[in-house]
Order: sequence, then C-alpha cells, then structure tokens
Amino acid sequence: MAVETAPMTPDSALSASRKNEAIRARIKRRYSAERRFRAYGIAAILFGLAFLVALFSTIFARGYTAFQQSTFTLSVVLDQAAFGSSAPTPSELRMADYTKIANRAIQQALGVDPNNKADARAAADLLSQNADTQIRKIVTADPSLVGQTVKVDVLAHGNVDSLLKGQFDRSVAESRRKLSDKQLGWLDRAIESGILTKKFNTGLFTYGASSKPETAGVGVALVGSLYMMTIVLLVAVPLGVAAAVYLEEFAPKNFITDTIEVNINNLAAVPSIVFGLLGLAIFINFMGIPRSASLVGGLVLALMTLPTIIIATRAAVSAVPPSIREAALGVGASKMQSITHHVLPLAVPGILTGTIIGLAKALGETAPLLMIGMVAFVVEYPSTPMDAATALPVQIYMWATAAERGFVERTAGATLILLAFLVVMNVTAVILRRRYERRW
Amino acid sequence: MNNKFIAFTTAAAVGMGAFACAALARDQVKVAGSSTVLPYANIVAEQFGKAFGDLKTPVIESGGSSGGLKQFCAGVGEDKLDIANSSRKIKAGEQEECAKNGVNDIVEVKFGYDGIVFAVDESAGTWKLEPQDLYLALAAEVPKDGALVANPYKTWKEVNASLPDTPIAAFIPGEKHGTREVFEEKILHVGCKASGGDKLQLAKAEGKDDDAKKKAADKACNKVRKDGAAVDIDGDYTETLARIQSNKQGVGVFGLSFYENNKDKLKVATVSGVEPSLETVASGKYPVSRPLFFYVKKAHLGVIPGLKEYVEFFTSDRILSADGPLVEYGLVPLPDAERKEVQELVKSGKTLSTAAK
Repeated sequence: MAVETAPMTPDSALSASRKNEAIRARIKRRYSAERRFRAYGIAAILFGLAFLVALFSTIFARGYTAFQQSTFTLSVVLDQAAFGSSAPTPSELRMADYTKIANRAIQQALGVDPNNKADARAAADLLSQNADTQIRKIVTADPSLVGQTVKVDVLAHGNVDSLLKGQFDRSVAESRRKLSDKQLGWLDRAIESGILTKKFNTGLFTYGASSKPETAGVGVALVGSLYMMTIVLLVAVPLGVAAAVYLEEFAPKNFITDTIEVNINNLAAVPSIVFGLLGLAIFINFMGIPRSASLVGGLVLALMTLPTIIIATRAAVSAVPPSIREAALGVGASKMQSITHHVLPLAVPGILTGTIIGLAKALGETAPLLMIGMVAFVVEYPSTPMDAATALPVQIYMWATAAERGFVERTAGATLILLAFLVVMNVTAVILRRRYERRW
Repeated sequence: MNNKFIAFTTAAAVGMGAFACAALARDQVKVAGSSTVLPYANIVAEQFGKAFGDLKTPVIESGGSSGGLKQFCAGVGEDKLDIANSSRKIKAGEQEECAKNGVNDIVEVKFGYDGIVFAVDESAGTWKLEPQDLYLALAAEVPKDGALVANPYKTWKEVNASLPDTPIAAFIPGEKHGTREVFEEKILHVGCKASGGDKLQLAKAEGKDDDAKKKAADKACNKVRKDGAAVDIDGDYTETLARIQSNKQGVGVFGLSFYENNKDKLKVATVSGVEPSLETVASGKYPVSRPLFFYVKKAHLGVIPGLKEYVEFFTSDRILSADGPLVEYGLVPLPDAERKEVQELVKSGKTLSTAAK
C-alpha cells in the first residue's frame, strides 16, 4: 500500500502550515471555551453554596442562643403563713399567692429591702411573670414541701435573658434601656454568686405560644405539625398510590387519561395558597370542620402533596422492568397479583422517597394555613386534630413579627428546629433509596 | 401485601369519615383581626387562660382589620368568629355585609389608643417634624410658588431648613394597613391643608358637584410620591426596623408600643413639637393616634362558653387600668371615665345602632 506523497512545494507547505495554525488556533479556542464553560458551572455552584453557607451561618449565629435560657436558682421559703395551714387543702394550694412567694425569694436573693417599694418592684421585674406558675407546679406536685425552704429554678424575665445574651447594649443611656443601672448591678452580683445562670431551654420545646419571650415555645406547633403530617400520610399516600398505579398499569391511553395526566402535572405547580382557599371553601364552609383545626390543615396539605406523590409513584412504577410483570403473568399470576406481589414492592423505595419529599414540602408550608385560620395564637395543646393548633413555620412567622428582642433569637431558633426536621426527612429519603433500590 | 394495603386504605377512609362527622360543640373563643391589636389580645388571652382554669384559652388569629371583619361578618354559627379585632372603626359597608349575613347585633368595644410615631436610627440627630414637612416631603404633588408641581424635593433640608441635609427616605405603612389610613388622615391631610395644597387640588379637581370635587381633592392630597423616596412597607414593623438599620438616614413609621420595645435602636421624632409617650397620646396632645377596637357578636354571647367572661375580663380594671399589663406593653390607656363607660356598655350589651352608619 504505497501511497504516493505529493512533493511538497514551498507554496503548498506554506498554505498547509497556515492551515495547521488556523486549526490549532481553533482547537485552542474550543478548549478554552470548554474550560470557561466548566468554570461557569463551578462558579454557579460556588455562588449557590456561598448563599447557603451565609444563610445557615446567620440563622445559626442568631438562633443558637435560643436553646439556652437564663434561670434564677432561688431558695424559696414556703412558709405556712402563705398557705393558711401546715396541711393545706388542694384549693388552698391552688389559690396561694405564688407571685408574692416568688417576689420575696428574688428580693431576698438580691439583698433588696422589701419595704422599699420601688426597689422591691424593680427586683420583682427581673423574674418571669410565669415564676408563680412554676412554683405552684412544684408545690401542688408535692404538698409536703409546705413549711420548708426549697431550691427552685425559675425563669428570668425576657429582658434579663436578652441582656445576658448580649442582645441589649449596656452603653446606651439608662432612659432608653429596658433595665436600670440598679438592676444591672443586681444582675452582675447574681451572676457572680451563681444564682443566675443559663440553662438548657426545655421550655422552647414544651411551651405553647406566649406574649412573653421566655415562656414562648414551639410545643403546640410541633404537635400541630405532627397531627398534620399524620393526616397527610393517611390521606395522600393511599390516594396517591392508588391513582398512580391505576394510571400507570390499568388506564387506557386515551384523551381522558391524557387530560388527567396533564392536569396532575399542572396541580403540582399550583401556588399553595390556592389550596388554602379551596380548603376554606370546602372543609370549613361546606363540611363544617372547625377553623384552625389541624384536621383541616392536614387535609389541605394532603391535597397539596397528592400530585407530588402521584408523579413520584408513577415514575417508580414505570421504572420496574416489564420483564418482571411478564414473568409474573407467565407463571399464572393475575394482573392484580403481579402488581401487588411484584411491581409495588419493587417500587416502594421510589414511592417512599416521593412521599418523604412531599411531606417535607408540606411541613414547611404557611401560605395555605393562613386561609384556614392556623396562623393563630394558640396557648393550649390540642388534644385531638379537631382542636385549634398552629404549625412550626407558622410559629416562626408569628415570632418574626413580635416587637420584643427575645423573639428575634427564638425566630431563628425555631427555624433551626424546622431545618433539623427537614434535614432528617431528606436524609431518611436518601437512605431508604440507597438501601432498597434495585438496579437492573 | 394486598391485604395490608386494603386495610390501610379502609382505615384511612374510616378515619376521615369519623373526623368529618364529629362536629363537636365549640368550647373555645375564636378571635381574628388586626395585627396591631394582636399582641394585646395575646396578653389578655394568656392571662385569661391563667385566671379561668376551667375555660379554654381563646385562639387569636392575625390577618388584618379588614380580613378579620370580613370573616366576622360571614355569619352566625359555631364555625364563625366570635370577635374581630380592629385598629379602626367598622365601616358602614362592612356593617351592611354583616347584616346581610344575619350578623345584626354587634357590640363595639373600644379598649385603648395606639400612638403612631416617626422614628429614626438611634445614631441620628434629633428630628422635629410637622405634618406639613411630611406632606411636602412625601406627597406626589406639592404646591410651589402657587401652583401644583410633581414633588421636586430631594432632601429634608429643602423641605424645612431646620431638618437635616439628608436624602428623603421614608418607610410608611402599605395601603393594606390600618395605620396607613391614620397616616393619611392625621399627617398628609393636615399637612395638605397647612401648606395650601388642598385649595389648589380643589381648584383642579373634577367632579359633578362640590361634594365629589372635595372628595377628589382629598384623595389627591393623600397621594404619596412614587419615585422611591417614600417606600410602602407591606410587612410589619420588624421590616420597617430592618430597613432603617440598613439605611441609617431613613425615617420609619412605627406603633408606639413597638418603639417602646426597641428604644435602644430607635430615636423618636416629635410631631408638632410634642414627643409621643403614653401621657401625650392619652391626653390627645400628640396628634397622630387612633382608637383600638374589638367587635363582639352578640348572638354568640352566652352560647360560646367563655366569650362573655373573655369580654368582661378584657375590659376589667385589672387589664385596662394604667398599671395593667397592656399599658406595660405600650397600649395608651382609656381615660378613667371612658373606661367606666366601656365597662357599662359591655355589661348592658348595647349593640351598634344601624343609624351609626
């Protein structure tokens, strides 16, 4: 295979080298274009990451203090005089003036003369208004304490808490501060003597809504969210899976099923507030379920999650290879048996992932809840899903609008709790998928 | 799998049915409305829960005066609201809407006043504002040399030589807020008159009779400039505060109680030479204030457990007096005589007359 090479004339050599150069230049351009293209991608990712880091670090920096609460450890004198007798009746126990007992304890601890009205008042103002309830709880739980002096942890006022956490500037003029110079002096001494400390804030998880930051917590909101998520699971998963299996396995391909399919995809993109309006019209005005009930919230969120679950389930079901169905049918299984025994179990990881992601979306939703009255101040725990409740994101929204400084950290703290739930749910979804996913 | 699956679905369906059927009698007072009234109502509800151990704590929804009144007027019944909180008086149109839905008897309870203050960042100097200054700085059209012109002012100093030489940047409540109405009525309207703008607007106004012309002129007076110097805040005071902290030369509109809680970050401006405080608002010396109300559905009194007690508790001396918890939070208390009147009104259950329209 002798190839005759044309003799290289100087002219053609020149043009060839020019051509080569042009090609090389073009290749170089193409390579650098590709490098730039990649760099844009990396820049986009870094940009997104930077925002994420900034978001998380600000929320964390603002919110981590919410998990600690300033607490006075006081020796409370439960003398018989305050209760009327040495063995008080339950009603005497309930009706005793615990505010007075608490105030006396703080005045004694700070060395304030209780006869000096102004000072006594100023000292009492350092305690949370909930101090009486805390002491009452301890005494009613154990009436034998009457007549003794007991060490009790009582919450400090929200202003004291904000001061300890550095949210108040001590240097501003006294008249523009929430705490006077005298009160600051007492507090400094209290910190030194160890009766005023920051303790882990269990109240943040157990209290309901409150107008005072120190006694405000996400307890009611957590229960409300839990009820709603249970209802979403009970309603949306069976409905969604049934609809998806029918559409994927049984439904004939025609105009009607096509329309349904398009509309399910559209529903997934409908703004959530629309579902709230729907819930208001149907569940509250037509069906007469009470406003603010977590049942209504759960049903509305279930409707909202339904399209997500249907789409995820259809994708999971259609990803099961036809050979599995055919094999089942081949050995004599009915269509239903092939689906319930083979297709569905294999599709479960995909269904679970879709469900959990749908639930996570529902957990963070506030807009539809506004319409059905769940953006509300609810103090009492709901005992059934028919009782008034709020949800976690709603609690965050309500605190964000409050004027007191203590609510700023609580807003961020509750956001951290919500984020923790979302992360846990998403990680569960990932683990389930990793664990049970079958590759073909 | 299939048995389990079917059992699961049936359980869910049965559960749903059971919930839907259980239309329990309501034993909890439901309230909705103004976000200005919300913190006060929260305090009262909380203390109510403590004081009446056997009654449930009321549920207080936010959602704005108009939103609350709209729901309130939706009808009588267990699934309807008992009380609407409002930072303004109920409008004639709303009363008609109420009547149409069978809510005829409404008890109007005025429980205090709210001062509206203008505040700047704490690092700023002292500000002394007049309604006229605010009108000239913020209106869409202002009188200049005897004619109406599109607002030409760029800095506060141009408006009034005693004000600082900083660009005009004001954060005012958006149009859905009840506060906006007070701002228009007590500041823009007054300023319009003081600067002579109302006469010019009247001369320009179109309408078929004098009444319609006057209305059109009033409306034109209240128009706020749209060139970025005046920013509508549709959120709440926390947003206004954030805006001022990022723009230290800005002026914001706040409720007095919000200011009292953030005194270390904000400095208040005097209006017409009066510094806003509980005393000056209560005495009427400070010009920018408004009454706060809640409206009670009389048909629900005695039917919904706790409603009567809640209303009486709200208007009791323990809550409303000058050393009560609401005043501590920043409510401007009613004068003693007026408080007695309100307590009488609650006791007698006197309803709003339809003639009050």
